Amino acid sequence: MGVVPTLTGRGRFGALWTFTLALGRFVATVALTFLGLLAVTFIINRVVPIDPVLAWVGDRASPQVYQRVFLELGLDRPLYVQFWMYLQKALTGDFGTSVLTANPVIVDIARVFPATLELATIGTLFGTVLGVPMGVLAAVRQGRATDQIVRVVGLVGYSAPIFWLGLMALLVFYARLGWTAGPGRLDISYDYIVTPKTGLILLDSALQRQWGVFANAFSHIALPAALLGYYSMAYISRMTRSFMLNELAQEYIVTARVKGLAEWRIIWGHALRNAAVPLVTVIALSYANLLEGSVLTETVFAWPGLGQYITNSLQNADMNAVLGGTLVIGAVFVGLNTLSDLLYHQLDPRVRMRR
Amino acid sequence: MNPILRLVAAAALALMPVVAPTTVSAETPKDTLVQAWAIDDIISLDPAEIFEFTAAEIAGNSYDRLIGYDVNDVSKIFGVIAESWTLSDDGKTLSFTIKQGRKFASGNPITAADAVFSLQRAVILDKSPAFILTQFGLSKDNVKDKIRQTGDYSFDFEMDNTYAPTFVLYCMTATVASVVDQKLVMEHEADGDLGYNWLKTNYAGSGPFTIKDWRANEVVVMERNPNYWGPAPAMARAIYRHLPEPATQRLLLEKGDIDVARKLGPEEIKAVSANPDVKIMKGVKGSIYYLGLNQKNENLAKPQVRQALKYLVDYSTIAETILDGTVIVHQAFLPRGFLGALEETPFALDVDKAKALLAEAGLENGFSVTMDTRNTPDITGIAQAIQQTFALAGITLEIIPGDGKQTLTKYRARNHDIYIGRWGPDYQDPHTNADTFARNPDNSDDAKSKPLAWRNAWDIPEMTKQADAAVLERDAAKRAEMYLAIQKEHQMTSPFVIMFQEIEVAALRKNVNGYVIGPSFDDNRFTGVTKD
Repeated sequence: MGVVPTLTGRGRFGALWTFTLALGRFVATVALTFLGLLAVTFIINRVVPIDPVLAWVGDRASPQVYQRVFLELGLDRPLYVQFWMYLQKALTGDFGTSVLTANPVIVDIARVFPATLELATIGTLFGTVLGVPMGVLAAVRQGRATDQIVRVVGLVGYSAPIFWLGLMALLVFYARLGWTAGPGRLDISYDYIVTPKTGLILLDSALQRQWGVFANAFSHIALPAALLGYYSMAYISRMTRSFMLNELAQEYIVTARVKGLAEWRIIWGHALRNAAVPLVTVIALSYANLLEGSVLTETVFAWPGLGQYITNSLQNADMNAVLGGTLVIGAVFVGLNTLSDLLYHQLDPRVRMRR
Repeated sequence: MNPILRLVAAAALALMPVVAPTTVSAETPKDTLVQAWAIDDIISLDPAEIFEFTAAEIAGNSYDRLIGYDVNDVSKIFGVIAESWTLSDDGKTLSFTIKQGRKFASGNPITAADAVFSLQRAVILDKSPAFILTQFGLSKDNVKDKIRQTGDYSFDFEMDNTYAPTFVLYCMTATVASVVDQKLVMEHEADGDLGYNWLKTNYAGSGPFTIKDWRANEVVVMERNPNYWGPAPAMARAIYRHLPEPATQRLLLEKGDIDVARKLGPEEIKAVSANPDVKIMKGVKGSIYYLGLNQKNENLAKPQVRQALKYLVDYSTIAETILDGTVIVHQAFLPRGFLGALEETPFALDVDKAKALLAEAGLENGFSVTMDTRNTPDITGIAQAIQQTFALAGITLEIIPGDGKQTLTKYRARNHDIYIGRWGPDYQDPHTNADTFARNPDNSDDAKSKPLAWRNAWDIPEMTKQADAAVLERDAAKRAEMYLAIQKEHQMTSPFVIMFQEIEVAALRKNVNGYVIGPSFDDNRFTGVTKD
């Protein structure tokens, strides 16, 4: 995975051939990744000791109703046949209907994924904007008070249970100080004002110039995003510190200092630029983790995102929904990996040269 | 200033102007009722399929059924869509007359055709609650003959036996007997599905509220029905918000962002009780907590052991501490409030008596046994308390925690030793619980009917006959006596350690009046809610 098609200087035909080959390899890798993901999820779902018919009919259905649904779901057929049937449908774009929401899975995902995307994006932005400078500062002032503070802040972010922090944050910033709005994506009085286009309330409200809705949505997202951002900040700042320490010990830094380059330029222009290459992977992975949906944060903040959706579906053996959600997560990882590769390409001249 | 602090302060300052002005969400609008609950159990909004707590309550506030009952005295039955009814001389046919001049929310008139269509549709679709109607001998093949329209405002409902009239009428109070708008539903029919795929997420009723929107795991929005025949609700909107976390519900309630918190634990209830802006409402519900002892386990199959275990639960302490204020001790399969409910509670923690019974069974040194336990705080708490009291008599109880569906799957397959369960009646007639706790027509592994008695492998041909006789008894007083007798025997001999009856507790903002917590899970009403 992660081969980015590029044009080299070997003539138009050669370039086209290289491009096609790279594209073919990319598509094959993605297809295999998805197939593997679906197969593993399918098997796990069938291995867990939960009767999938229960999700459809509940505990009180008559044996006749139970039997009818059992057959309708194809559960009497061998596992590989069931999987093949699912694949055939999925290839035509039919991911089935979720038992729990009565909607086509694709409709559900179009609703829950933007909620997670919005939260994760702001969280990652928060984590990166604060985490990178903090990591740099900690590395530059290694062993001093700043370094210790950053490390303690990171440690707390890493070790405190997120649901507890979430509740405390709600208690302080929502209930006591009244700085932010409470759980949910919008206050009820702002519901139905904006027509959902992208599903990202902030973006939709801005596009439709509903600034009241935008402000309300922002006040709702601020706390959970800051909380998730704090977690990614803890991770990103620690990794930045470690990458920067590594870079600052390199000979080119000594050379730069000998040349009399300003210290800020050495740190931000040279060391950080080189540390940025592995840092991109760290940020991308942190973003991908948030995009999977964080169940506990979503539960505490009543955020209707992907994490809650998949967890609920998994607990109820709602196979179609679980598989649909898995595909989305797979796509997120593939997408972010490709993006990291593209950024590598921009950040590291050696990668460009190799191509 | 330290650069980090400077950075944090700058970020906070940058956020403040955007955040601060928008946070003045002090209270909910005067004409809107906002309830916080866990609404992730909703899988359908079609009354022919609804069988879950939340959806049933929503249907109770948005659909009219043929018959209703007084939530304060369930013995008082009255017509809602039905004007009147008569029983034929042979006792097998009920003839209903429909009230005239009423409309659905769509504006379509309500006629007998709608009532007939709704009942027939529920039988033909054959979803989970269909058995409430099919138990009268109805099936896909005969329902069009058995439920037949006899006029614009009248129809007949023919049964296969002479059931107790109250039994039939209580079944007509269930969600599955809601009357749906035939014209509207059939406009959305696709591939002969009787509008099923449409009604799953839409609305076609005549109740005080309409269902405007359901976003799974997020919100249900209901609006006042402008065509409602009764007094118009004071609330223009009623909203259920999905807030599964009790601590979050408490915060929102105290802040005034919700009007009613429906899922508070004992700790939160105690905490909000001290808040002068909050009031607590309680109502006894039909759900009961019980232990099911699998008779396939040779120790549990001994009558003395079954009885010994009933003396090894500290009922009052669990009710007063772990489930503080959310249950009452109750030890019979019919919940209080039902016809013929037995209210005696003969069992209390008595280790000596239990030891004597175990010795009588040849188990003076105790034994080891497992208990499949749903991993919710209340059920886990009860299980741990029972583990301790069982140990006092030398019984080693291993708790096997699991997700709800996981433990249920095991229970349904009779693979458990002890199962700790909660059971709510499906309708208001005693047969609903007698049918499952005291009937087991076939105890074989491949039995057609698999009630709770079957799940615990309890073979009871005699008691099954008694329960069958009780459902046919047309004299209500005599019928009550029959159920009392069954319960007395059941209480002493059954492999069910029935422990508690649920009390539903809701915490409301002080300015909310007229909220009703009814006896059944679909009886909580907010039609009469007003706000000061």
